[in-house]
Amino acid sequence: MSQNTTQSRGATAAAATADYLDQRTGIGIAVKNFARKVFPDHWSFLLGEIALYSFLVLVLTGIFLTFFFVPSMGMTVYEGPFAPMDGVEMSEAFASVLNISFEVTGGLLIRQIHHWAALLFIAAIVTHMMRVFFTGAFRKPREVNWLVGFVLMLLGLAAGFSGYSLPDDVLSGNGLRIADGVARSIPIVGSYASFLLFGGEFPGEVIIPRLYAVHILLVPGLILALVGLHLLLVVLHKHTHYAGPGRTERNVVGYPLFPVYVAKAGGFFFIVFGVLALMGATMTINPVWNYGPYDPSPVSAGAQPDWYMLFLEGGLRLMPGQGTEWVIAGFTIPMNILVPGVIIPGLLFTVLGAYPFVEAWVTGDRREHHIAERPRNNPVRTGVGVATLTAFFVLVVAGSNDILATHFGLSINDITWVLRVALIVAPPVAFWATKRICLGLQRKDRELVLHGHETGRIVRFASGEYIEVHRPLDEYERWVRVAHEPKRPVALLPAYDERGVRRKGYRRDALRARVSRIFFEDRVDPVTPAELVAAQAHGEHDALPSASAEPVGALPAAEAAVDRGADAHQA
Amino acid sequence: MSTEHSQSTELTAAATHRDVAGPLPERFENPGLEPHRPRLTDEDPGAARRATRQVAALFGVSVLGTIGVIVAHVAFPPGDSVASMRTSNLLLGAALFLSLIGIGTAAVHWAKTLMSDHEVVEARHPQKSSPEVREGAIAVLREGAEDSGIARRGVLKGAMISALALFPLGLAVPLIGEVGGDWNVGAFRHTMWKRGTRLTRDPSGTPIKAEDVTVGSAFHVIPDGLREQEHWIEEKAKAVVLMVRLDPADLKSEQGEGWSYDGIVAFSKICTHVGCPVALYEQQTHHLLCPCHQSTFDIADGARVVFGPASRPLPQLPITVDDEGYLVAQSDFHEPIGPSYWERLK
Amino acid sequence: MKAIADRRHHRMAPVVLLLLALLLTGAVYAALSPTPAEATAASEDDIAAGAALFRTNCATCHGPGAEGRDGYPSLIGVGAAAVDFQVSTGRMPMQATGPQAPAKPPVFDEEQIAQLAAYVASLAPGPSIPTADQVDPAGGDAANGMALFRTNCAMCHGSIGRGGALTEGKYAPSLGGSTPTQIYEAMLTGPSSMPVFNDANITPEEKQDIIAFLEEQKQGSPGGTDLGAVGPVSEGLWVWVVGMGLLLGAAVWIGAKSA
Repeated sequence: MSQNTTQSRGATAAAATADYLDQRTGIGIAVKNFARKVFPDHWSFLLGEIALYSFLVLVLTGIFLTFFFVPSMGMTVYEGPFAPMDGVEMSEAFASVLNISFEVTGGLLIRQIHHWAALLFIAAIVTHMMRVFFTGAFRKPREVNWLVGFVLMLLGLAAGFSGYSLPDDVLSGNGLRIADGVARSIPIVGSYASFLLFGGEFPGEVIIPRLYAVHILLVPGLILALVGLHLLLVVLHKHTHYAGPGRTERNVVGYPLFPVYVAKAGGFFFIVFGVLALMGATMTINPVWNYGPYDPSPVSAGAQPDWYMLFLEGGLRLMPGQGTEWVIAGFTIPMNILVPGVIIPGLLFTVLGAYPFVEAWVTGDRREHHIAERPRNNPVRTGVGVATLTAFFVLVVAGSNDILATHFGLSINDITWVLRVALIVAPPVAFWATKRICLGLQRKDRELVLHGHETGRIVRFASGEYIEVHRPLDEYERWVRVAHEPKRPVALLPAYDERGVRRKGYRRDALRARVSRIFFEDRVDPVTPAELVAAQAHGEHDALPSASAEPVGALPAAEAAVDRGADAHQA
Repeated sequence: MSTEHSQSTELTAAATHRDVAGPLPERFENPGLEPHRPRLTDEDPGAARRATRQVAALFGVSVLGTIGVIVAHVAFPPGDSVASMRTSNLLLGAALFLSLIGIGTAAVHWAKTLMSDHEVVEARHPQKSSPEVREGAIAVLREGAEDSGIARRGVLKGAMISALALFPLGLAVPLIGEVGGDWNVGAFRHTMWKRGTRLTRDPSGTPIKAEDVTVGSAFHVIPDGLREQEHWIEEKAKAVVLMVRLDPADLKSEQGEGWSYDGIVAFSKICTHVGCPVALYEQQTHHLLCPCHQSTFDIADGARVVFGPASRPLPQLPITVDDEGYLVAQSDFHEPIGPSYWERLK
Repeated sequence: MKAIADRRHHRMAPVVLLLLALLLTGAVYAALSPTPAEATAASEDDIAAGAALFRTNCATCHGPGAEGRDGYPSLIGVGAAAVDFQVSTGRMPMQATGPQAPAKPPVFDEEQIAQLAAYVASLAPGPSIPTADQVDPAGGDAANGMALFRTNCAMCHGSIGRGGALTEGKYAPSLGGSTPTQIYEAMLTGPSSMPVFNDANITPEEKQDIIAFLEEQKQGSPGGTDLGAVGPVSEGLWVWVVGMGLLLGAAVWIGAKSA
């Protein structure tokens, strides 16, 4: 009885508040439209959420830290409970980090959560990007959102690097010195770039305050704005979903935002924060009290940046120095720094940012895609992705070569040589192997669709013949394996038209056709109903010739039509 | 509930193909949504009650965790020892973990077991606006442009573009003027070493006698009077030196005639690659290794590069002894120390 | 201790320290070389026993009179400190050739090591084994030790002495298992690749400071497990293994259908 009255009283209050708000904001429309918005359910769609929640944790813990951190390079003498630091001269920035770590209750925990969250933020961004890449979720209409995400990744790196340097310790100071060395290597403007960063000669007295402004204002502001845009576009596009029964290019299947997704996504925020709290409670991160206050003279073994910068570090380590510093007309061009420090990352990031546009050009596909592809169904894209990750991994390993040397009893020189070779050899090998594995998995899918599951039940016929009984796939199970459309290389129209006039844009088309052949020449088509009927009619494993790697010339009429259609669109 | 409608039409459309006789289609058709499989909690009220209790218990864990944070905060301050700091951090963090993970798992468990798991279908529409909307948008823009007269009054367009293009200079010029300090990049060329500057220990600043430097020793060296400099940290960043003594018989070459003193050689500690302090001296091989990128220099051979990404030897500091037997510099380095830059040789 | 630490912040402290250091350097240098061999006060019996041990265990490589031969150093003049370091850490006798002699459980007991040291010290004067007072961590200033460690040791041994890589398979070992005496002896004698830090470079008091700093490290890290204290590489590894690992598990749980 009393329960009922409180409930109704609560409901009345809520209704009154809602009415008040709606009269002033018209928020009813937004609630009506958003509350039942559908999000598809899949673990891989939560990777971006890990990044988002890490960012929220970074903001929350970051605000805590700003209340105690002093972004100043003025010198002071620290006095505190940690014996190896007591009475040591250091910058006020470093002293305040010691204060946070040793004297503010919970300060060390928040600092450690903040740093773990930073590492996790970028790990999640990279994993999320991998998911988007490998499932082709960057295709029209999402190319722009890929770019937004790409810029967010760059901003994440900027946030990480600027924050890593703030404590003004020996380790990050040497990192800044390396950044200074790379900046100086840039032709013509290098020295000025170095002065611009440090407000004069390295290390100067302004870099910490400047990085502080970048770290707590500029970069997070931009990230916040772009995260807003990123999510807005997700809402506008509606989330992709994987191929499956009932899922089409014209719908989205999943659970409504309210209540299911609010609970799941909201709960996941607390899980991410909880895991980070656990890490901050139990695992030391960036123990600056071990490195000591910055001083340009010392350096310690194990001098590395945080993991997301290791690939740059690895590039710098692998590049041979002999004969790679060019002097032209008296001007120095240090290719040993420019190549790994500027050119390779520049190229890598350009290709990464531009990939959706490159693939759109190659396929000539102008349709919208809302079904995320299974990676195996686009072997060349998957291969390119794995090859790039392999190169990245080789560079990360190269950036850790001294740690590997001590932990596995190896020679650092041998590791460096092996990795120099691996950087060139491993990506093509990875590409080839991945492509083969993808094609193999597609064949496996065909097998399964055509012949069903093995049941392990052996039956003997009266004739003495043994067969294993196969259980055919039900239509839902089958659909996942036959939903993708068969792909064909774009056909090249002849160089001369029927009147013998050379066609404009032929060269570009020829290039496109060549790249398109690389993409789609080796392929395995999904099973067609006719093939399935034939397989079932024969009831034998080898009833059908394997349908892989057909030559392009043997295209059935219908597929040729598809090609023509694509070309016509392009023209 | 319009989504439910679109779902059912979708389903019937997809379902029909299986019953259609006639020639086989080119490709399989979408079979439509799988029938909903009820969960344990949908069918068994006992299971639903159990799930409810579990969710409530998980929220309870969170409450206990939050209380734990407060208790830990009061009862376990960081204190004065490493052990008490670790305890404080561990207990606060563990309690915070419970406080957070309780809410997280409760919410997810609730969603998974007690909220409806009927999939909902929402229709998509092409991203582009309809032709009418596009036309409307273009018309509005055209009308506005017409009204402003920007097309007819060319002078306005020019004046506006110039003003807008130039105004950022008002911010950029003062910024660029000041952001690089005095912009005197010539400072890269010199360090505070000069004729007669004593070599002193880093960081104590005590001078070093030649006979203190026994064979196999490595001294980390800064110039005398460094701390009296106004910008001592910038000077230190350029002036640090590693000094070792080899058996004079092992000394294969040096960069200048008479730049060593009785087997004692001094080299800039700043790597010619990207500027890390190169300081890992192996006294048996006379190799000097940079821990950042593994450039390896042969100290016995004029700090020649024997491995790694550096291209140039470390600059050598010419040294000798003064009247009192202390090691002193003969001059500054004869080339800019540290990483390469465009106008380094100019 | 605290009082001294407080005074170290005084403006005149560097000057006083400088004067002290100058005085010390002079005094130490006067007292240093050659270190009298009788500092170890070894008996004739010890020397004879050490000589016998040497002939059976060391002479194959270092020569019957410890004069060394191709690729094997002469031990004449290395002093008792070098012998004590090499043998008590198990580096000598060496079992197999390699980039450098690894530490392993010592082959000889304390008495035998003392006898070997006495024998080698009797051949020619050299650095002697430090006294217990000299290596007592309680007598050192950890903060000064850290400053010295950072400048002179951390580049090879890592920021808190967990070891690091050198060229061609050589390495600076972790100092976690080293006794204060061994640390002192290593600085004094410069075993294998390590440079010598004689008492003119790092004074005995400063060596004691370094020992005090390393002793502090035994308390562990205030932040929890130290993940090997090798820097950001292990942190990067663990954020993927623990952080991404747990959260991917959680994501799979959230995305999976309930039974």
